Amino acid sequence: MSVPPSPDDGLSPAELAAKYGLSVSGARPGLFEYVRQMWGRRHFIMAFSQAKLMSQYSQAKLGQVWQVATPLLNAAVYYLIFGVIMHSGRGMTTEVFIPFLVTGVFVFTFTQSSVMAGVRAISGNLGLVRALHFPRASLPISFALQQLQQLLFSMIVLVIVAVAFGSYPSLSWLLILPALAMQFVFNTGMALIMARLGSKTPDLAQLMPFIMRTWMYASGVMFSITVMLADKPAWIGDTLQYNPAAIYMDLIRYALIDGYGSSNLPDHVWIAALLWAILVGGAGFVYFWKAEERYGRG
Amino acid sequence: MAEDKVQGRVPTVIADDVHIVYRVNGVGGGKGSATAALSRMIGRGKGEARGVRKVHAVRGVSFTAYRGEAIGLIGTNGSGKSTLLRAIAGLLPTESGKVYTDGQPSLLGVNAALMNDLTGERNVILGGLAMGMSREEIRERYQGIVDFSGINEKGDFITLPMRTYSSGMAARLRFSIAAAKNHDVLMIDEALATGDRRFQIRSEERIRELRKEAGSVFLVSHSNKSIRDTCDRVLWLEKGELLMDGPTDEVIKAYEKETGR
Repeated sequence: MSVPPSPDDGLSPAELAAKYGLSVSGARPGLFEYVRQMWGRRHFIMAFSQAKLMSQYSQAKLGQVWQVATPLLNAAVYYLIFGVIMHSGRGMTTEVFIPFLVTGVFVFTFTQSSVMAGVRAISGNLGLVRALHFPRASLPISFALQQLQQLLFSMIVLVIVAVAFGSYPSLSWLLILPALAMQFVFNTGMALIMARLGSKTPDLAQLMPFIMRTWMYASGVMFSITVMLADKPAWIGDTLQYNPAAIYMDLIRYALIDGYGSSNLPDHVWIAALLWAILVGGAGFVYFWKAEERYGRG
Repeated sequence: MAEDKVQGRVPTVIADDVHIVYRVNGVGGGKGSATAALSRMIGRGKGEARGVRKVHAVRGVSFTAYRGEAIGLIGTNGSGKSTLLRAIAGLLPTESGKVYTDGQPSLLGVNAALMNDLTGERNVILGGLAMGMSREEIRERYQGIVDFSGINEKGDFITLPMRTYSSGMAARLRFSIAAAKNHDVLMIDEALATGDRRFQIRSEERIRELRKEAGSVFLVSHSNKSIRDTCDRVLWLEKGELLMDGPTDEVIKAYEKETGR
């Protein structure tokens, strides 16, 4: 093939690229462009999260029954240890404590599994990242969505438990929706942050279970923070009560359980819940986007 | 196309001194023991962590691809062909140097997006969405994909989980999904045309079709015959360096001489 002399001879690659309007491959799009791309991929995000959810128990004989059976068994184990053996439900009647405990376990598990899934969202899907083009934030968001769908199955169990212990459906149950929505935004932000950290340091997958367990015990999943820390300096209890996990747990308990009144909630709890969601959700998204072009380097 | 020839050649992909380095954790110093890892963590410094070993997979490759060209990439195993393709597609970040492209180059393949526990049906949808097709596009092409794969020739397999497929059947479905979309700059990694003889012929035909629609095509293959059949220009990579870049016959001849084939 003989190359005819062209006016392009002598141009540097960058100049040549500019002349023909070529763009740098794999460059990070602007934040708004990125959001637009994410919106374009919303069907993929949904389909991916549902596929992950469905494939989870597809080898089990009972199949999708495990979606409900797993949280139920979880609740039973915590009840056995903290309700029957340790009596950690001080200051509460059984009618309140059982739904209190089950709500705490489910709601905390929602955050916990979103964080854990976030750590492995990029590092565990390098094959996908290196094979196809899509905004990488699709992965952590999709995993957070999977956990939300998982939680909805748990909610079935939760409703049964609540009704069995004398809390009947009422208008206040509607408050669960905004509380869960804010928690989902918070969890997604956490998943995005963990995904970026985990893509650089996969070791986090080993470390996180310990951090999450500490967080769980500090958030009052199986005891009431105000009762347990009544004789300690006030700031300790305040700090624990305003941590996001405790806030979302308490809001859903307040909405669901008849005997769990607003006296158990810290002041300005809805504002705190909203601030946590906006702060972590927004910061997580920007933080993740900042490294968009670097995911997939191994 | 005729217009392009009048104007001269229009570049679609420009690679400018591309370097790609893989970092592998936990193999540094040849010792994988816990004490070795600890001493590495303590003894780190001087910029780079000592526990990380670097693999310099592509070393300073530059070339310009023009519209309508079909470019073959050859080289022995581990010479950096697939890595270079991924960098051009923007999937693997470069260590230094830049790749400029016209539109979005795409790698032909969806393996990673598919899930073995899902039915073939759901995988077609998932794979299509992962490649960036819309739900409507997938609905339109669904039947075409299934028919092309020939999965349903031996019964209603498309509604069974993919883990129940034979390896040939799974490969056929993967290829059918991947080949359902048209691309600006298309890259094909070797061994795509799998399956039985009948399916190979069908898939080669489909690759030719895709080539016609695409602006430029890159093909990685170990089969000199398929490179000769499809490409008019060849890049020969060895140890991450561009050894030769020229017309197919010339480069293949030199390559065959070198490798003794």
